[in-house]
Amino acid sequence: MPETHNSQLTTQSSMLVEVRGLKKFFPVYSGFFGQRVEGWVRAVDEVSFAICRGETLGLVGESGCGKTTTGRCVLQLDRPTAGEVWFNGQELARMTDAELRPLRRKMQVVFQDPYSSLNPRMTIGQIISEPILVHRISQNGGECRDRVDELLQVVGLNPLMAGRYPHEMSGGQRQRVGVARALALEPEFIVCDEPISALDVSIQAQIINLLEELQERFGLTYLFIAHDLSVVRHISDRIVVMYLGKVVEIADRQELYENPLHPYTKALLSAVPIPDPAVEAKRERIVLKGEIPSSLSPPRGCVFYRRCPIAVEECGQGIPELREVQPRHWAACIRI
Amino acid sequence: MADLLEVRDLRTYFYTSQGVVKAVDGVSYDVRPGETVALVGESGCGKTMSALSVMRLVPKPQGAIVGGEILFHGRNLLTLDEEEMRRIRGAEIAMIFQEPMSSLNPVLTIGRQITETLEAHQTISKEEAGRRARELLHLVGIPDPARRLSEYPHQFSGGMRQRVMIAIALSCKPTLVLADEPTTALDVTIQAQILELMRDLTRKFGVALMIITHNLGVVARYADRVNVMYAGKIIESASAREIYQNPCHPYTLGLLRSVPRLDQPRRAKLDPIEGQPPDLWNLPAGCSFAPRCKFLVERCVQEAPLLRELENQHRSACWVAETLQQKTVLSS
Ligand SMILES: Nc1ncnc2c1ncn2[C@@H]1O[C@H](COP(=O)(O)OP(=O)(O)OP(=O)(O)O)[C@@H](O)[C@H]1O
Ligand SMILES: Nc1ncnc2c1ncn2[C@@H]1O[C@H](COP(=O)(O)OP(=O)(O)OP(=O)(O)O)[C@@H](O)[C@H]1O
Ligand SMILES: [Mg+2]
Ligand SMILES: [Mg+2]
Repeated sequence: MPETHNSQLTTQSSMLVEVRGLKKFFPVYSGFFGQRVEGWVRAVDEVSFAICRGETLGLVGESGCGKTTTGRCVLQLDRPTAGEVWFNGQELARMTDAELRPLRRKMQVVFQDPYSSLNPRMTIGQIISEPILVHRISQNGGECRDRVDELLQVVGLNPLMAGRYPHEMSGGQRQRVGVARALALEPEFIVCDEPISALDVSIQAQIINLLEELQERFGLTYLFIAHDLSVVRHISDRIVVMYLGKVVEIADRQELYENPLHPYTKALLSAVPIPDPAVEAKRERIVLKGEIPSSLSPPRGCVFYRRCPIAVEECGQGIPELREVQPRHWAACIRI
Repeated sequence: MADLLEVRDLRTYFYTSQGVVKAVDGVSYDVRPGETVALVGESGCGKTMSALSVMRLVPKPQGAIVGGEILFHGRNLLTLDEEEMRRIRGAEIAMIFQEPMSSLNPVLTIGRQITETLEAHQTISKEEAGRRARELLHLVGIPDPARRLSEYPHQFSGGMRQRVMIAIALSCKPTLVLADEPTTALDVTIQAQILELMRDLTRKFGVALMIITHNLGVVARYADRVNVMYAGKIIESASAREIYQNPCHPYTLGLLRSVPRLDQPRRAKLDPIEGQPPDLWNLPAGCSFAPRCKFLVERCVQEAPLLRELENQHRSACWVAETLQQKTVLSS
């Protein structure tokens, strides 16, 4: 039962977001005109987790495992195929667009790519004031301009930059604009989808520090999606590991890194290179065989079966259930 | 050991409507036979252009090599004619390009792309080339190579395409491979597979490798020596161990401190490099890192520091390298 592990993790009152049995399947068409549905990509398949108020939940896993789709379904940017998404005690998946509109203000997103996510024909000021005007937060133009100035300062940009266009800014500056836009409506919850992956290494730490400062200042709750496990450990309180549309492990930050249980999590952690040759020389590395299978035809049993270093025949038969192996530490593997 | 590749004071400039971009501005480095050298630096600092210059593939007409020498086996590649250069490219020096999708031809089978390279550089029969292609795919760990040879790039995953690129690069038994961000687009577990493979193969065949990356972790595991670039110049150069244990340039130090590390306790706050990466059109006088530097002294804004030797082949382009060295020793 997906409900059990959420409710044990958090008390109802502190919970802001809860996802239960979330599924999102995309149709795959075939035929010359793409008229026939040939199969379904199981992008997200029975995913459950909860996020407490003021918490950062990290979501990690390899490319294509369903991280972005999960984030989009939580925000109802993609409507789930099945499952429930609770926000502040309200279930979103069954709401109409009109019912959702007032809630959208409270949930924002910062995208991965600071280059394509900002409209190149709008000035920075226009980009940030757009949501303010759409949601009629400010009473007049002057008030709106003041708010834009304030937001630019909050993210560490000079208010004079409001007149600039995105192409006149660096990647790090553009990502700050993306954060300012997300903050414009005073959200409670922000999905950060790989917010630093496209940035230079020297700029990444600036944006992470900024996100942490803002969280403290405004009591924000984050779903932080990334594939860099060292960054995820830094920013998250708890971490969800996904593989091929499924959650394979959930644990508190320190517990996950010190005591990973699922063989996929172990391999993922051992593959993260550490910037120190002395450490690297001594380190054991689990190099996985094979490629990531397609989510169009996932293996019949455990999703990790074909690449798993400790798989036994039984793993290929049933889908392992996510179970609480230790208190607050959940893993989906029959070999643990 | 005599050096396989010696690059001396290389200058590669772009002439654009906005002015001259000094993409590579007085860069010198060597690669010895069989070793792995890393070239590290952030986006736009000139890493790709440094490698393309060695291949004499700088995009024309805006780009041109305007100065310096590139000695390969002691021969200056910049004095060769195009025909001589073509014989070296792919055969003696191979390059793995930054984007594996765009560097494979989408309308040719994987097999044809490998045999094409073989036939261009060796007198070899069709059957022999086909057999070699199969061997090569097997070598880079692609299962069922005979069937895979007749497939097209879009039928391969990102990791498999990168393996094909490695197979093509090794096909003519080069002595030097330039690998430009060979794993940046790949997932960590696939990245580990590819890097382990490259290391095994370079060891097995004694191939020298220059690996270009912005990932300091990758470098730590695989490189013997490291060159760090900033704004078109090499600003620090040393053995991999030295660079990480005893960084002698504020930029290198800043990079190492700004990334969270899995093997260390979590820090409350990251220590970023403040400011923005430089704009190559509009570099400051003096040291180009000066506007972001925490260790700035007056001299830094007046006079650009040259790369100079500190000790045991550790070179740094910083006026205060020695004091920096003492500081890092004290703090660690
Ligand atoms: N609109 C869509 N139509 C069809 N398939 C889709 C669509 N969006 C995503 N998918 C598929 O769903 C799966 C999950 O994609 P998703 O973008 O959520 O992965 P991700 O974990 O965010 O990957 P990445 O790390 O590369 O961003 C992938 O196989 C992807 O190809
Ligand atoms: N065709 C061109 N015209 C003008 N400038 C160019 C051209 N190609 C490259 N440049 C400039 O030359 C500089 C060096 O580019 P290069 O591709 O070598 O960077 P890089 O270090 O490989 O960066 P990345 O990590 O993003 O690949 C960049 O600042 C770039 O803007
Ligand atoms: Mg994604
Ligand atoms: Mg490059």
